[in-house]
Amino acid sequence: MPGKLKAKIVAGRHLPVMDRASDLTDAFVEVKFGNTTFKTDVYPKSLNPQWNSEWFKFEVDDEDLQDEPLQITVLDHDTYSANDAIGKVYIDIDPLLCSEAATVISGWLPIYDTIHGIRGEINVLVKVDLFNDLNRFRQSSCGVKFFCTTSIPRCYRAIMVHGFVEELVVNEDPEYQWIDRIRTPRASNEARQRLIFLMSGELQRKIGLKVLEMGGNAVVGYLQCFDLEGESGLVVRAIGTACTLEKISTFPATATHPSNSSPSKDMKEPVFGEEAPGVPLSSGPPTPLRAQTFSSFSPSKSYSRQSSSSDTELSLTPKTGMGSGGSAGKDAGPLKALLKQQTQSALEQREYPFFTLTVFPPGFLLHVGGVVSARSVKLLDRIHNPALGNTRSYKLLDWNSFTADEPETRDAWWEEIRQEIKSHAKSLGCHAVVGYSESTSICEEVCILSASGTAAILSSRFMQDGPLDTELRLSQQPLCVFSTGSERVEGDMGSSASLGFEEVVSPGCGFCHIPYDELNIPFPAQLTYCYCCRRYKVPDVLFTTIDLPTEASVTGKGCLIQARLCRTKKKAQGEVNATAISNLLPFLEYELHTQLMNKLKLRGMNALFGLRIQISVGETMLLGLASATGVYLTALPSPGGIQIVGKTPSDITYEQHISNMQKKINDTITKNKELYEINPPEVVEEIIGSPIPEPRQRSRLFRSHSESSDDVSEIDLSHGKKDAFVLEIDDTDAVEDIHALLTDSPTPAGFYSCNTEIMPGIQNWTSAIQMFTSVRVFRLNANLTNQGLNKIFSDLCENLLKSLYFKLRSMVPCCLCHLNFTVAIPEDELIQVAVTAVALSFDKEQTLENGKQSGEKTPIKAITENDEQLQFNLELNAETSSSSISPKGLSEVGSHPSARAPSVDYSSFADRCSSWIEQLKLKAHTIRRGSVKTTSSMEKASPLPEGRSRSLRSNRSYSGSSVAVVKMTPLSFIPGAKIIKYLGIINMFFIRETSSLREEGGVSGFLHTFIAEVFAMVRAHVAALGGNAVVSYSMKECVFMENPNKNQAQCLINVSGDAVIFVRESELELTSVQPQSATTQTSNGGEGT
Amino acid sequence: MSVELDVFVGNTTIMDKEVYQLWLNGYTVNDAVKVRIEGGVMEECEASAEVLLSDTMDQYRTFQMCERLLHHPAKLANQLLFQIPPDRQAMLIERYYAFDDLFVREVLGKKLSKGTKKDLDDVSTKTGITLKSCRRQFDNFKRVFKVVEELKGPLVENIRQHFLLPDQLARDYAAIVFFANNRFETGKKKLQYLTFQDFAFCAGQLINNWTLGAVDNMMEDMDVDLDKEFLQDLKDLKILITDKDLLDQHKSLVCTALRGKTNVYNEMEANFKNLSRGLVNIAAKLINAKDVRDFFIDLVEKFIEPCRSDKWTSIDMNLYLTHYTNSAHILDTFKHHAVWTRYMGVIKSCILRLYHD
Repeated sequence: MPGKLKAKIVAGRHLPVMDRASDLTDAFVEVKFGNTTFKTDVYPKSLNPQWNSEWFKFEVDDEDLQDEPLQITVLDHDTYSANDAIGKVYIDIDPLLCSEAATVISGWLPIYDTIHGIRGEINVLVKVDLFNDLNRFRQSSCGVKFFCTTSIPRCYRAIMVHGFVEELVVNEDPEYQWIDRIRTPRASNEARQRLIFLMSGELQRKIGLKVLEMGGNAVVGYLQCFDLEGESGLVVRAIGTACTLEKISTFPATATHPSNSSPSKDMKEPVFGEEAPGVPLSSGPPTPLRAQTFSSFSPSKSYSRQSSSSDTELSLTPKTGMGSGGSAGKDAGPLKALLKQQTQSALEQREYPFFTLTVFPPGFLLHVGGVVSARSVKLLDRIHNPALGNTRSYKLLDWNSFTADEPETRDAWWEEIRQEIKSHAKSLGCHAVVGYSESTSICEEVCILSASGTAAILSSRFMQDGPLDTELRLSQQPLCVFSTGSERVEGDMGSSASLGFEEVVSPGCGFCHIPYDELNIPFPAQLTYCYCCRRYKVPDVLFTTIDLPTEASVTGKGCLIQARLCRTKKKAQGEVNATAISNLLPFLEYELHTQLMNKLKLRGMNALFGLRIQISVGETMLLGLASATGVYLTALPSPGGIQIVGKTPSDITYEQHISNMQKKINDTITKNKELYEINPPEVVEEIIGSPIPEPRQRSRLFRSHSESSDDVSEIDLSHGKKDAFVLEIDDTDAVEDIHALLTDSPTPAGFYSCNTEIMPGIQNWTSAIQMFTSVRVFRLNANLTNQGLNKIFSDLCENLLKSLYFKLRSMVPCCLCHLNFTVAIPEDELIQVAVTAVALSFDKEQTLENGKQSGEKTPIKAITENDEQLQFNLELNAETSSSSISPKGLSEVGSHPSARAPSVDYSSFADRCSSWIEQLKLKAHTIRRGSVKTTSSMEKASPLPEGRSRSLRSNRSYSGSSVAVVKMTPLSFIPGAKIIKYLGIINMFFIRETSSLREEGGVSGFLHTFIAEVFAMVRAHVAALGGNAVVSYSMKECVFMENPNKNQAQCLINVSGDAVIFVRESELELTSVQPQSATTQTSNGGEGT
Repeated sequence: MSVELDVFVGNTTIMDKEVYQLWLNGYTVNDAVKVRIEGGVMEECEASAEVLLSDTMDQYRTFQMCERLLHHPAKLANQLLFQIPPDRQAMLIERYYAFDDLFVREVLGKKLSKGTKKDLDDVSTKTGITLKSCRRQFDNFKRVFKVVEELKGPLVENIRQHFLLPDQLARDYAAIVFFANNRFETGKKKLQYLTFQDFAFCAGQLINNWTLGAVDNMMEDMDVDLDKEFLQDLKDLKILITDKDLLDQHKSLVCTALRGKTNVYNEMEANFKNLSRGLVNIAAKLINAKDVRDFFIDLVEKFIEPCRSDKWTSIDMNLYLTHYTNSAHILDTFKHHAVWTRYMGVIKSCILRLYHD
């Protein structure tokens, strides 16, 4: 009996009238856990019953505690007929199983009925007494913490990042069981809700076990999804990143002394120890928001390979290190290869070197290769065929007998895809995939499985095998440097530096540096030297699925960029259908990519973050929606313009038409640059950017670089061609593209938008936040062409955005962050778009100031940074190079003024095109792009706390309500506040059904109420845990079905997030004791009621 | 091609004051959109008519969902469905319970019954206020009436607590409830010149002085009904007009005091007995519920109109009533000083309020 669950039913309020005669209700409550049920007394004739029950005690296995929800049913007692159910409350007790999360659940929870919605509230108290039995063989994984947040949760520090965990469970969907024909919709809905609760509990427990096996204690970036496969079942699957986290015990003070608070970290002085103090850490002062959490990761002085007990690790896993050592001398770039191998070996043991994280501790992410994605089309009806021939017969079987092999089918599918992703990453020269996510789209029996992520090279610092590699690396280091000296392979200087000091030297631009071998690029790309450090190659454009690294240096502001696409397809069945879809997919992706690229260039930007491509399948069409946040990375070259070329040049009017369009495009680019404050340090870019540098420039250029490496000049010339995107106008697709480009309306004044966590260039957030969900369903006419569909779809998204801007106009100036679009085709001719995002308002005055500041400072800083790096290299490679990559040379170049001729090249579109299609043919849908990293704007936020707290105070007037305010946000933080405690994961699934659709205000009224109810239930459960906010909130599923003729509708919603307690920074300043008192207060409050 | 479903839900419920007012005013969505377009929101925010329509529909839906809660404002504060900041809640309630003076004049003093409700379309045509808005206002009156009818304690306070209304609005509702309960006639042509605030003022006077609650024991008594005992006692005042001597004496006292101080002295002197009879007769009849209803008509007919035709100013009126009240106390044989004071205090302030120059 490892656990005792205790529940007490205190009271109810606002109950519905169940007895028409008396206008009152005789309510009682059933409390059920597993197979045990308790009942309260009937509290007669009241809408606000006071049961004040005894403590109901359930003695259960902790395995059950994890799997089962506590089920509370409120009923109306009826002497003569059956008791009527008023509604139910499911309580996930998982948060109570972890010592660091909540201790009690206490508060008013909405009583929910799947037909009537919320019907009053019930006040309950729930506690768990866990008996410790940590050592026996367990099926449970109590105590493993789960976080939806895709970064290391604030107030924790990562000691180790173990890697990818995944699991899926399959069951029959109760909605499709034979019994569903004879039971009420309510019973069926409840069976479904309960089943999904059970399944997600089980899933979480299983993942927890895997984490414990790996030696971790937490799952970060936990992403759980449902696949409603209809007849073939219900799949609940989850992925996450296993970590070992350590709580940062006290507030800001200790955070700055990592060595103090983490005694487990063995400070190993590396070979270059003496130089360490001299190594300037360029990560700079982190933003105030992140400061406490992150500063602990970045040892402020030394790059010492701190790692937990490296010696033991070594003895435990001796095999990996040797391999990498042996192959160090591999051909072209031995050093680079070595660098890769070091962490690679750490990752090779893992089946999948994937990470669901999108934000990383400083120094963890070294290089980014580009986006990798894989899709596959599967037929669902095939699942049963091998095992049991007849679907009908299996339903009558005990499904436990075959569910055993069912997950394997799905597992195999996902395995396939993950393997593909892994190999894509490899072809980009990367050993890991970050910002990894998986999704499905199902239509009838066709299912598209998708996975995507960003290929990257990670530091071994946080990885299990890290210490081992470090040892190895250190011993090999001198050798490497030596070889560099003699061989002088291209870029090797860079590599050698990066080998030893990558993590220390260049957080600002390091992640943009290409991880792949530049002589063997897996796709056509134009490489240039990094615009920040000038030492390593960077690509012209970088696409990623991760958030913008905090330390990245960005010019100007970012914006949301979307590519939208609709493609019709013929109605078909089974295999034919699946083949048709998989044939369409590559083209869809290719076009989405082109659209993204065009839009990116139109905005004068060169990188995309948070890229999310969603492909949705319907019976007669495919929808593709790609969303990302565009930014201008200072380290990357300035994007070329868009060049329109006509193929039939003779006609004068035609040429005029083209030149008009060209003018329009150029104007838009200029306007956008102004709008997003993109004024890159032009001079620097000029030199490399212009196709044929003037002799003088060239010579200078040579001087600055030639000493460091002989072949730089050559490379510079070969990559000097400016990458202007060429659109050929008589290509109908191009016309469409241009149209799409120019119809995207700009965001209204005062608004910014992005789909990442933070908006570069804006820091001074006020505490005003507004999370919202908006859903639209659009009915199409039959027989639309692709173009027509595209336009409609695009307009739908645009109008939705416009509506959002209008709705939130009172928050101006504000930024819509984490704009998360989901598209679906619920029925033929219906398109559903759902958006969840948060609007954050910020202080305008300071923004301007800041903008100026960062605008002015960035280039300078970049140079200083280079300076540091260069000098550092100098010391390091004194024997090799004859020095003189002086900062002076750089600044000289930098200050050279020259008007930037709009140089446009009739280059690579066609090339890209063909190679693209080649790639697609290989079914390797690898959207790739380079990388970037620099230090800057983000960090400049630090001088702002004053302004922030001021605005906080002004917003404070809010409190006196009798219902506690619970903030919700899809972000992992709350501006102006500090999260002091994570209370556990919120993962809720609701079904709502109506057979009186008109009476409930039609489809909109129905869904509006339901979403509001879901919010209310999330808030209530968070408040009952003692929290005051949900972070990393997301609505993962919103399946809406209607049948207006029958006056019916049904909707399923799945939401998740992390319940937290936050404290305003202004309050923190006043009393550092506050948080403790706050928590005790909540638990006390629980006891009191 | 059409938008089939369009929903926006914020964690903090977004409510636009302007749209709320349009909704309260009973505008249809399309009319509201027109008004908003004319108001220039579109230019301000670079929006299109489509966006406005979507926003308006959405807001209307939110308000409809909230309406149920607004019927019991206390619930608004502890419901979980909408997260609304307290200041917003207060705004919602206040505006929901606000009413049009034009409308309230139409139903003031009428029984708040189904019959009256049926006649609301006439009221709507007459006042130009939409039927929907009329119904809301009427239902508000009725709801407040029903809740406080049976409650003990001070009327205004009860209303304020149960409906979380600001002080002034609570007083207005107290007046409406009081008028409805006593069925004061306010609709006659002669009373048309009076505003709701005039009546509300008088109601306040009556509630504070003539109800049971007005005398000591505030807690146990009710504010809605007039003090029966007091009404009974008022009959005793008849002596002021039935006793010839008293009447003459009273007149001469008042005339002496007023001589030379007013321009309408002659008219006053000539009319004294009529005026005095009017006021005292009103007092004496108040014991009959039917005559209570005519209280305001009587005041106007018997006193205000004669004075107005004689072109009294408010100052004249004030002077006259002051001395008229005070002189009665000097009369030797007049014993009912307390009742007289309680009666005349209210009458005087009411007349002064109702007398428009």
